[in-house]
Amino acid sequence: MSASRLHAGGSEIDRSRNLTFTFDGREIQAFAGDSIASALLASGQAIVGRSFKYHRPRGIWGSGVEEPNALVDIQSSGGRVPNARATTEPAEHGLTVTSVNASPDALSDRHAMLDRFARFIPAAFYYKTFMWPDWHLFEPRIRAMAGLGIVDRAWTPRKASVQINHHCDVLVVGAGPAGLAAASHAAAAGHSVLLVDDRQHPGGSLRYRAGDIDGMPGHRWADETAKRLTEQGHTPLTETTAFGVYDHNLVALNQRHRDGRPDTLWRVRPRRIVLATGAIERPVPFANNDLPGILSADAALAYLRLHAVLVGRQVVVATNNDSAYEVASALAEAGASVTLVDCRAEARTTAPANVRLLAGRTVASAAGRKAVEGVVLSDGTAMPADCVLVSGGWTPSVHLFSQAKGKLAWSDELAAFLPANEVDGIGVAGAVAGTVSLSDTLNSATNALGSFGTPVGPAPRSVGPEATLGVVGLWPRMRAKGRIWIDYQNDVTAKDVELAARENFISVEHLKRYTTLGMATDQGKTSNLNGLALLAEATGRAIADVGTTTYRPPFTPVPFVSLNGPRRNSLLSPVRRLPLEARHRSDGAVFQEYGGWLRPACYGAGKAADLIQEEARRARQYLALFDGSTLGKIEVIGPQAAEFVDFIYYNTMSTLKPGRCRYGFILSENGIVFDDGILMRIDENRFIVSCSSSHVAAVHARLEEWRQDRFERSAVYIHNATSDLATLTVSGPRARDLLEKLDLGLDLDDASLPHMSLAQGRFGDDDLRVARVSFTGDRSYELSIRADRAEALWARLQSAGEAFQAVTIGLEALMILRAEKGYIVIGKDTDGNTMPHDLGVSGPREKRKTEFVGRRSLFTEDAERSDRKQLVGLAIAEGEPPLATGAHAIDRSDGHKRSIGFVTSSYHSPTLGRAIALALIESGAQRHGETVELYHLGVLRRAILVPPCAFDPEGGRLHA
Amino acid sequence: MTRRYSALTLFKEGLTGQTGWEKAWRSPEPKSNYDAIIIGGGGHGLATAYYLAKNHGVTNVALLEKGWIGGGNTGRNTTVVRSNYYYPESAAIYGLAHRLYKGLSKDLNYNVMFSARGVLTLAHSEAGMETAARTVNAIQINGIDSELFSLEDVRRLVPIYNFAPDARYPVYGGTWQASGGTARHDAVAWGYARAASRLGVDIIQNCEITDFIVEKGRCRGVVTSRGTIRADRTGMAVAGHSSVLAAKAGFRLPINSYALQACVSEPVKPILDTVVISPDTGVYVSQSDKGEMVIGGALDRIPSYAQRGNLPVLENVISGMLDMFPVFGQLKMMRQWAGIVDVVPDSSPIIGESPLPGLFLNCGWGTGGFKAIPAGGTMLAHLLATGTHHDISRPFDLDRFARGRLIDEAAGSGIAH
Amino acid sequence: MQLFPCPFCGLREESEFHYGAEAGNVRPDAGFVSADQWSDYLHMRDNPKGATREIWVHLTCGEFFMMERDTVTHRVMGSTLLEDATHSA
Repeated sequence: MSASRLHAGGSEIDRSRNLTFTFDGREIQAFAGDSIASALLASGQAIVGRSFKYHRPRGIWGSGVEEPNALVDIQSSGGRVPNARATTEPAEHGLTVTSVNASPDALSDRHAMLDRFARFIPAAFYYKTFMWPDWHLFEPRIRAMAGLGIVDRAWTPRKASVQINHHCDVLVVGAGPAGLAAASHAAAAGHSVLLVDDRQHPGGSLRYRAGDIDGMPGHRWADETAKRLTEQGHTPLTETTAFGVYDHNLVALNQRHRDGRPDTLWRVRPRRIVLATGAIERPVPFANNDLPGILSADAALAYLRLHAVLVGRQVVVATNNDSAYEVASALAEAGASVTLVDCRAEARTTAPANVRLLAGRTVASAAGRKAVEGVVLSDGTAMPADCVLVSGGWTPSVHLFSQAKGKLAWSDELAAFLPANEVDGIGVAGAVAGTVSLSDTLNSATNALGSFGTPVGPAPRSVGPEATLGVVGLWPRMRAKGRIWIDYQNDVTAKDVELAARENFISVEHLKRYTTLGMATDQGKTSNLNGLALLAEATGRAIADVGTTTYRPPFTPVPFVSLNGPRRNSLLSPVRRLPLEARHRSDGAVFQEYGGWLRPACYGAGKAADLIQEEARRARQYLALFDGSTLGKIEVIGPQAAEFVDFIYYNTMSTLKPGRCRYGFILSENGIVFDDGILMRIDENRFIVSCSSSHVAAVHARLEEWRQDRFERSAVYIHNATSDLATLTVSGPRARDLLEKLDLGLDLDDASLPHMSLAQGRFGDDDLRVARVSFTGDRSYELSIRADRAEALWARLQSAGEAFQAVTIGLEALMILRAEKGYIVIGKDTDGNTMPHDLGVSGPREKRKTEFVGRRSLFTEDAERSDRKQLVGLAIAEGEPPLATGAHAIDRSDGHKRSIGFVTSSYHSPTLGRAIALALIESGAQRHGETVELYHLGVLRRAILVPPCAFDPEGGRLHA
Repeated sequence: MTRRYSALTLFKEGLTGQTGWEKAWRSPEPKSNYDAIIIGGGGHGLATAYYLAKNHGVTNVALLEKGWIGGGNTGRNTTVVRSNYYYPESAAIYGLAHRLYKGLSKDLNYNVMFSARGVLTLAHSEAGMETAARTVNAIQINGIDSELFSLEDVRRLVPIYNFAPDARYPVYGGTWQASGGTARHDAVAWGYARAASRLGVDIIQNCEITDFIVEKGRCRGVVTSRGTIRADRTGMAVAGHSSVLAAKAGFRLPINSYALQACVSEPVKPILDTVVISPDTGVYVSQSDKGEMVIGGALDRIPSYAQRGNLPVLENVISGMLDMFPVFGQLKMMRQWAGIVDVVPDSSPIIGESPLPGLFLNCGWGTGGFKAIPAGGTMLAHLLATGTHHDISRPFDLDRFARGRLIDEAAGSGIAH
Repeated sequence: MQLFPCPFCGLREESEFHYGAEAGNVRPDAGFVSADQWSDYLHMRDNPKGATREIWVHLTCGEFFMMERDTVTHRVMGSTLLEDATHSA
């Protein structure tokens, strides 16, 4: 192959701007406007990569997204991009470009010898061998051989990619003649239009193929149309690929940038989609049709006109249609010696000027070692060639149409599958709709717009000679000689397709999976139809009956970072934060995430375990301050509120008196304890559900669901006030003494405010709700105040607390305090099977007469079992360290180890001076005093089953 | 005709152009009568056919597939095989499957590429580590290999993981099943099909069930797009469409159908050796032998039978994946797809006789069906051959819902399937 | 990204909604409820392939409503306020 740069021409390159990059260590000269592929061609680089399986030398085949061969790893100042497509990547100064799957480089790949064993390793050979002695002996080597590009392990993310939601009347995909016409129609009619194209400039084939519109050359008409659209406010998006049509016609776009920014994801919601996605040229099947120097004819024309690259000097053009004639003519005009081999006997009789036409013949094989050196025709004629251009017909790019569940129909006339039905909100225009002539292409735009296409003003008109196609099928045939490549990147040959058919892989999806045809990074853009056609012949079916595989997004590979957008680090599922977070930070809090909330685990510097022990010890001895703002505060209001909470709760709640609190469970309909907490009754028609911190949203949702499903909406109202109020807890023997100092405007004596009651007070100018409830087992008060006024109260509690040696405790110390008392945490001391009677609360189950959520589930066969796991405490020998949370109690009465439950909570209690633990154990409540074996990571320990409450079982401290 | 697969036969065929291979499975016309019918040509159905013939000598069997074999979830999943389950009931069934997977290539004479590259399930908090410990202990007591991994262990095993302090879900450690791994999903379907076909089972594709034949309250066969086919016992293994067939048979199932998405990156040289699962992001990642990163995530929580992915869930999955592996930010998504999975309240399978006597169920595997294929096949084959439960499948009978004896792994271990 | 019609707020993106349940599943809570009846209510589903009626909630406004849609094509036929749906059922 002797591709070279011409001295003049090239509409996209700027010869005044030279740039240099390296390819496999060699310096490549290029101009601004080159793609990496055009620059490689211009420098005569025939081999640009190695194929996936046989490591065959491969050159550039196409000029756009269809490229199967030219994958490269690109290293730039902005980072690394593995598996970049050389045909669509702009050449930039200073890039380091490396061929993939080749070592040391594409030119002299040490695995090239694999090709000599090709006959022993056909499609799917790996299913037939490597079983003996064991796959594991072979797999590492096979893995090392597979894969294309190399990941840079030191790569670090740059700034987050931008994601844009966009609404418009009309989205036009593809800015070729059809797309431009559609966009200008829609814009003229006053619709908002978004026109996108994956190339750097609008125009599509108009930029390099002949055609005059409205009295000017096609490329100028394209530029002017794009300019007019821009002036009207409909700036076309270039270098942007519509890669997926999703539910309800949401279209996802991938926009690339040249300034180092990560790609942008656009989510476009148009009222009308026009797909003007064009068509992709197919390879021609002949032996060795994968040699470097064999290119798509259309690509050769694009390189010539856009980049002034003449792909060869001695060129054979193999075709089955008219579109290659323009290519042959243009290359001849540029100085190449061109022979046009047209498989049709009658299609064209007049050869273009300076082109030798051989009609009624095909290329049977290509010859050459590392690049094409000549061809042999079907009639036996051999001729030298340094380049073979192929046009096997055109495959409409129906990917997006099919993703939108459009149906396809086979067209014999065009030898292709075409859109066959109407899809709501989607029109097709131009080559994807099967048009050939420029007139038809332009005219198809109106139809594709549907009701958005009412023409305003004159429609663009083709005024030059019209293109024709006259394509005939030129498909790979059974038992053809030599190796005919169908899928270049995955090394699938015609023989592989025949092998698949022979072995009964005759469903098109089986063919794909068995041979990997169409599963490479190009997703079979050039290969699929040739594969289908051969399968059709091999199975005696028509191509139409074979059908296509399912088209899946994305149309071209999409960078993961663009799908990520801003959802990273703290913005990926953001944590909830306390109103007093800053205050806790200045108090030295160590924060951890608990159930979605960021909360102080403990305070101070040093070993966390020691800090926690000290906090728990002082809390019992003196006084503890705790920020419990995350506790749920869901208000249930209305005349049916009492009836409502009765239905929601396991416990009867309607008997609760105003001003009083009651502990209860909320069950799921399957009888499992979903949440526990305090219900407060403010007055006759008003309750506050104080649910656990991590369940607030879910409890609120359940309340709303039952309210709307079963109750008069006007009779019950639910308001989630959790984040309106901060809740600060004062706990300990001196709790009341501290509150007395605060002047809260209410009676704190035990007669006025006994345990499990609440009262309304004031702190300064603000309302303050004081609830005397306890999660520590000590006298406790929960003070709820407007969240934005909580800081002053907290400061006051801390300063007044100094006199009582008050300690601010984090959640970890609270966990110890509650565990000492045997108080449970749902989801920790219960699992997804725990029912209320497993926790020793069986009264409502046995006695309640009114219906409540989950009731019937408490009487299933399983719920009645006597060996259910029940909450117990565990006592271990004096001086032993705490048990491991997650250790399992085991039973081996039948000779095998069997789990009979597990440790749910385990701590060292500083107050008791020993380890304590809670567990769920089969029949545990009836087995107090028995010893169980506990298994943890291979080690066995013993513990005695005891009641859950280890501290102050009489509960005297609640009132002390 | 060459039947046996081996390096030697491959070599011999190489000398003659690979032209001597026989069909991987026969495609006969359906007969009007069989001893048993299996509906569904996915992994479970094909495995049922194979074990029915192999374990029970029942070879007069028709396997009916609506489309092409292996075209449902068998060909759409992320190929993870593991048996680290919490409850003994689950351990029995997934443990059996895992054991059979280990010897499957040799058993079927088809390389299904079971690769014990290890499965790492991460823990992202102290509470997560406690749950991990509880799970590892349970699994060890069940007699299955499982280890509790520290942060340092994870660092050593997966150095490219995100250990940065600003990771949204920092790693505290995890659980490790060294014997878990992946298998080549298509090969599992084709290998079972080939082996079953050679034992005499008729595999009939493009054969859709339109109705059941019910006589005297028993299922006596099916009406299909390719004619009426009778048998005294019929089994169905049609994940994703179980409710549709159940409706035709006149009963309901505790199943919702949801789409589960997956995607792959472009292939790259080896960089990730194990399967990594992050419970907090819900994302799991492995690298296929071909070099693609295989990425799965959470369900699309919208009941659906449309086998295609949707953008919002995909974006969440990718975001979770990049929090785990920021280095994959240089890669591109190559292909995206979805399968329809049966979601059952306790996420455990349903195996047993259906409310229509003579019709047996194998369904409800949710997102975890692939790893269970050999066991699912063994169980359904046992039911079809004997009419009674295998010991291992008894707890998974449909009657567990009315009895309240759910087997909810997530409830027990806090980790979803 | 699907668009769902909240009866109050109009068309909104799917991420604002939560699927609730199949419509018409009535809770059996009057008198004796057999284990099978309860299990039927709690677990058994039609799970239709094609047209379906479902209860959804629009998370941002809190409204539960009934939506008719197709589980294969994802076409949405319409939505109804829960009260209206209950009264007409």
